[in-house]
Amino acid sequence: MRVVLDHITKRFADVTAVSDFSATLNDGELVCLLGPSGCGKSTLLNMLSGILPVSDGKIFFDDEDVTMLPPEQRGIGLVFQNYALYPHMTVLGNICFPLETQHVPKEERLARANEIAKLVHVDMLMNRRPAELSGGQQQRVAIARALVKNPRLLLLDEPLSNLDARLRLEMREEIRRIQQRTGVTTIFVTHDQEEAMSISDHIVLMKLGVLQQNDLPQNLYNEPANQFVADFLGNPPINNLPGTVSGGAFITEEGDGVVKMPLFEGIADGRKVNLSVRSESFVLDPDGPLACEVTRVYQMGKEEMAYFKLGECDFRAYIDADEGLKVGNRVRLNLKKRGVFVFDRETGERIK
Amino acid sequence: MERKFSKFLIYLVLILGAIIMLLPFFWMFTSAFKTTQEINRFPPDMFPSHISLNNFQRAFAMAPFAKYFVNSVIVMVCSVGLTTFTSILAAFAFSRLRFPGRNAIFSSLVALMMIPFEMLIITNYTTIVDLGLWDTLPALILPFTSSIFYTYILRNFFDSVSDSLYWSARIDGSSNWRYLWKVMVPMARPSLTTIILLNALASWNSFMWPMYVISSDANRTLPWGLQVFTTEAGSYPELLMAASTVVVVPVIILFLFARKYIVRGVARGGLKG
Repeated sequence: MRVVLDHITKRFADVTAVSDFSATLNDGELVCLLGPSGCGKSTLLNMLSGILPVSDGKIFFDDEDVTMLPPEQRGIGLVFQNYALYPHMTVLGNICFPLETQHVPKEERLARANEIAKLVHVDMLMNRRPAELSGGQQQRVAIARALVKNPRLLLLDEPLSNLDARLRLEMREEIRRIQQRTGVTTIFVTHDQEEAMSISDHIVLMKLGVLQQNDLPQNLYNEPANQFVADFLGNPPINNLPGTVSGGAFITEEGDGVVKMPLFEGIADGRKVNLSVRSESFVLDPDGPLACEVTRVYQMGKEEMAYFKLGECDFRAYIDADEGLKVGNRVRLNLKKRGVFVFDRETGERIK
Repeated sequence: MERKFSKFLIYLVLILGAIIMLLPFFWMFTSAFKTTQEINRFPPDMFPSHISLNNFQRAFAMAPFAKYFVNSVIVMVCSVGLTTFTSILAAFAFSRLRFPGRNAIFSSLVALMMIPFEMLIITNYTTIVDLGLWDTLPALILPFTSSIFYTYILRNFFDSVSDSLYWSARIDGSSNWRYLWKVMVPMARPSLTTIILLNALASWNSFMWPMYVISSDANRTLPWGLQVFTTEAGSYPELLMAASTVVVVPVIILFLFARKYIVRGVARGGLKG
């Protein structure tokens, strides 16, 4: 099912949690709502589920306007961060609960519950209570309960944040597998960029209630729309070198470092910019435009993580270990085509 | 050394307290076996000279205790059932539903808890008389079909349940009604056990109100029925003690079994989960 968010705004008493948010999410995709805490992603999810009313704008499921529909009529499944399993019911009772409210006959209920339990691998736990399950198992049961009624849309609110690191990896692959098996359109809220990058078809990145970019994961990384997107994605974080453009060259704040490159041509003189470069986008080049000094070197096997100084600016880069960099070396670096951006320092807008 | 001494003091106080609490029960129990002469002797004897069930037989012959017992059970079951039902609904409304003045209404209800029941006896009495229910069993039930205290305990429990359970149930297609009975009430079983037990004890022991609104023998409950030994047939303290023993024993047994639920539930309700 296609989900259309049409100029959605949510105002609470004194804050605007989501403002003028528009996006279209494609049928059958797994979409991540990504952003730092407090960016309004959970608020958006709650508006999709009908828990929170919208202040402005409309929500469409396919062509149906669901903006005013109560949660139970939207045909969605929702998995909460704390799973929200009914503690007094067994796993089977939990999975059957949504079907009971729909008055599905008992035999069909059991058949569907067993089928979905097999899919999420909890079929051997049917008679346990939630307190007797591990975090990962509770998570699976919660997903089974959300899926058993064949929802049009599956919403997952930070489903992995209560799990330990190893389980998180396992469950995120599980969620991907289950989503692909059922083909249900899924929206997944997370603040973990790595999680989002690894499992989603599309990522919707938000900041302070405003949509930053809605794109394919690799596009978010390779073609960030603005400074925030570039900063948010990537580990280690992108290097930001603050400076000013003058005569087609980039000059660091203190004026100690000068980079003359075609990249800066066409940018107005005196414009304050950030030269933002991913750590993997530097290469050693005797004729390169960046004259730097090596300040630290960390061995990382095949590659080294080296820290450089350009004028007064520090940055880090992955360099082939064979180059044998030593602290104090003066070297020249060049920039690759990929992973090099120029942002306006005041507005964060992408220039190049 | 100092520690041992303070421990000694603490136990001394506790033991004295226990003796003071238990003495009336002890006296009731031993007096139930005494003869009329023994009970009127001064200074009193601690123990009866010989054990006989004579007092019990006489007491049961003097008043229709079986009838009183049935009345007590009817009143207890009805008032506990109704109070529990209304408390559950009210607690859910105050905990989950949004309506104007919700907190103001709840605060004023809690403030009403400070008015003792004795203050309301006269108005309740005229209400019961106006309704034509004087000297009937409903007169014993009607004023006790809701309770602010139990509502308060239950609301505190309901408040401690995560919102996500509610929304999960709503998204799974449950109405408020279904959510309340299928999810909240089963989860609240410990708190419910507590309020049901407290309420049952209070109803079973209720004396003053039945004394005002019940006059005929057929409609008396056990505590009010015991009065038969001092008012209508003269004073027979040894028979009164025998009958009281029979009335009190089931309650004591119930309390001993349920003690931990009562204490736990009240502490839990007060502490918000």
